[in-house]
Amino acid sequence: MTGDTRHQNALLTLEGMTKAYPGVVANDQVSFSILPGEVHALLGENGAGKSTLVKMIYGLVKPDAGHMTLRGENFAPVNPAAARASGVTMVFQHFSLFDALSVAENISLGMDNPPERRALSARIREVSQAYGLPLDPGRTVGDLSAGERQRVEIIRCLLQDPKLLIMDEPTSVLTPQEVDILFETLRKLTAEGTAILYISHKLEEIRSLCEHATVLRLGKVVDTCDPREKSARQLAEMMVGDTLHVPFREAAEPGPVALSMSGVSMKSPTEFGTDLRNISLEVRKGEVLGVGGVAGNGQDELLAVLSGESRAQNGTITLAGTDIGAMPPNARRARGLLTAPEERLGHSAAPDMSLTENALLTGAVREKLVNRGFLRWHRTKDFARKIITEFDVRTPGPDNAAGSLSGGNLQKFVIGREVLQRPDVLVVNQPTWGVDASAAAAIRQSLLDLAQNGAAVVVISQDLDELMEISDRFTALNEGRLADPVPTQGLDVETIGLMMGGGETESAA
Amino acid sequence: MDLGQINPLLLLASLMVAATPILLAAIGEAVVEKSGVLNLGVEGMMITGAVVGFAIGVNTGSPAVGFVAAAAAGAALSMLFGVLVLYLMSNQVATGLGLTLFGLGLSSLIGKPYEGMKAPSMAKWDIPVLGDIPVLGPILFRHDPMVYVSLIIVAVTWYVLTRTRAGLILRGVGENHDAAHALGYKVVRVRLLAIAFGGACAGLGGAYVSLVRVPQWVEGMTAGAGWIALAIVVFASWRPWRVLLGAYLFGGITVLQLNLQAAGAAIPVEILAMSPYVVTILVLVVISLRGNHGAPGSLGRIFHATH
Repeated sequence: MTGDTRHQNALLTLEGMTKAYPGVVANDQVSFSILPGEVHALLGENGAGKSTLVKMIYGLVKPDAGHMTLRGENFAPVNPAAARASGVTMVFQHFSLFDALSVAENISLGMDNPPERRALSARIREVSQAYGLPLDPGRTVGDLSAGERQRVEIIRCLLQDPKLLIMDEPTSVLTPQEVDILFETLRKLTAEGTAILYISHKLEEIRSLCEHATVLRLGKVVDTCDPREKSARQLAEMMVGDTLHVPFREAAEPGPVALSMSGVSMKSPTEFGTDLRNISLEVRKGEVLGVGGVAGNGQDELLAVLSGESRAQNGTITLAGTDIGAMPPNARRARGLLTAPEERLGHSAAPDMSLTENALLTGAVREKLVNRGFLRWHRTKDFARKIITEFDVRTPGPDNAAGSLSGGNLQKFVIGREVLQRPDVLVVNQPTWGVDASAAAAIRQSLLDLAQNGAAVVVISQDLDELMEISDRFTALNEGRLADPVPTQGLDVETIGLMMGGGETESAA
Repeated sequence: MDLGQINPLLLLASLMVAATPILLAAIGEAVVEKSGVLNLGVEGMMITGAVVGFAIGVNTGSPAVGFVAAAAAGAALSMLFGVLVLYLMSNQVATGLGLTLFGLGLSSLIGKPYEGMKAPSMAKWDIPVLGDIPVLGPILFRHDPMVYVSLIIVAVTWYVLTRTRAGLILRGVGENHDAAHALGYKVVRVRLLAIAFGGACAGLGGAYVSLVRVPQWVEGMTAGAGWIALAIVVFASWRPWRVLLGAYLFGGITVLQLNLQAAGAAIPVEILAMSPYVVTILVLVVISLRGNHGAPGSLGRIFHATH
């Protein structure tokens, strides 16, 4: 279809949308149109301006210039309620749900004229059955799984009979099976004429779902394409505007066992956490072990028990033959076991402290940054500078606060901080979460290099493509249990789904 | 010791009077905290309400006008807190503590000329028929109107919070302010209104102390009632009827220990005097042991509207 006919038949047309923030132009003259019944992908790296753009469509952000037309009429929503009234709804990246409230109350809050309680509950049941997303309106949202929580968001949108549904990273927390269910629902919707504006970092998903893609780079539309005709790599290169480096390493025989856990069970230290149940694993030198699984199945607890934040019993965790089960974090660091937790702000880095101070926090032991209780600032600053240069962290300098860095840059910093301490075993949780394609590739490459140089690497991640790309063996966490690791080579999606769902243990036994 | 001196009917009747100031302050604070704001300035707003209510009551000769003025004063003071916390993003704990100190100082300044005066008396409602019921009549139906006003406020608060859309929005804002903002709700406006309501209730509670309970103006006369109200909100898991229960429990033990003192019980006075606080703390601890306390998810967190 040519540009002109697209324009004429469009459901929503954007023309010259511009929004500037102090020091940065988030959107610069963005124009494109979305057809009814189309799944339209919005592609771009972090900071390309995707979020700002959809927030303008949803009435959360007021554009500086440009205008939109919806079904031929001028469309300038002053707030989300106005956007919803015109038939534009949105499912957010971080769920906009209220944990303590019930499903029905959550849905009611997202509607402008909700029917009274009993009628609403009946409607929820009806619509959720019709779209194959069963949901009990009376349950408390805090007790639901990630997949069910997303159903709440989607049902909330569907009840308002949307003409355009905006989805921001909807699949980042779903199992492959849940993704299939979601896609089926979306296809049903498009068949009814609803258009979907779809944002995702997962390019394979976009290729299988979307019919048209608009690529943003630094706030500008740089390209449009039919993603079904492109490879994931081509799409990534359109986003980056450069050839994409694919992480690579030479195959090598794994060495002796570097880290082993045997029968580790532990109650979760947090209220809504998952208890670890009888976890055993072995990682060899020069090997990358990928640990998959949906968030909240014990990932944080597994990392904590390895980092030493939670202590296990004596004799259950050994590092190169030494029993470290009851050792605190610094003793483990001294022996070469380093970790990088998932939450960047507040867990792996202190947001209000400078990069130098953050470098000291985990580097003190191995980099000898402390001398008889006194800090060696010069040495520390040099270490921070080294991380910044070697890992291409974009920041004015090591004196900047960690919290001032973008997610991707801070992630490069915290991974770099551990990698440069030459660990024997490195455990990372979600190393590329919310990080764009080129930064993610750099981080993955550094993990592969580390393994190449003889370290054992454990990567806990919810991004299956990432685990398939870098790990030698794959396992998955399900309700605190770890499946038996299998070689990644030749692993199919069904098996992975079964492992993530906890089915594998039965079939293996 | 002569326990026979303690008349259980009078005890129960005075329980309601003793508990009303705390009940009023606590129900207001419960609404504020349900909206996600922790206002530790309850004590300051109460004492300001006490002195303003007393001064206006004395000058106009009408306790009712005094109560209205006290509510307005409490709300006005809370707006100071609201602007600092919601617009200037100041720390809620520090600002709330500051508000208490400010209120204590301000009230003793305003109250200087009124020391030693007597409050205009407030007629008790002798509700016909109901007040004549034996036993229940004197306990429940022969109080001043403010006792019933406080109960009505609790009932209305419960109804609004659990049964109306406005209440749902308020709970949503307190549970997850980012989500509420993303859905297009005015987080700051909702919170400002909640803070004003909390301030008005605290003002009423304070005025009840100076106009009805004591009834005269003494510097620092609320004597920690605001802090008790704060504790009761937590103990009540932010639920209106439990707030009522907690306030009456505290009020009841206060009255009981005063009666025991008067009856010359063989328990040291110090222990009796501390008993309401000890019992409240114990109940708090027991309730806290049970895990999920239902604290609003965004309680005390600063809200930045991100775009």
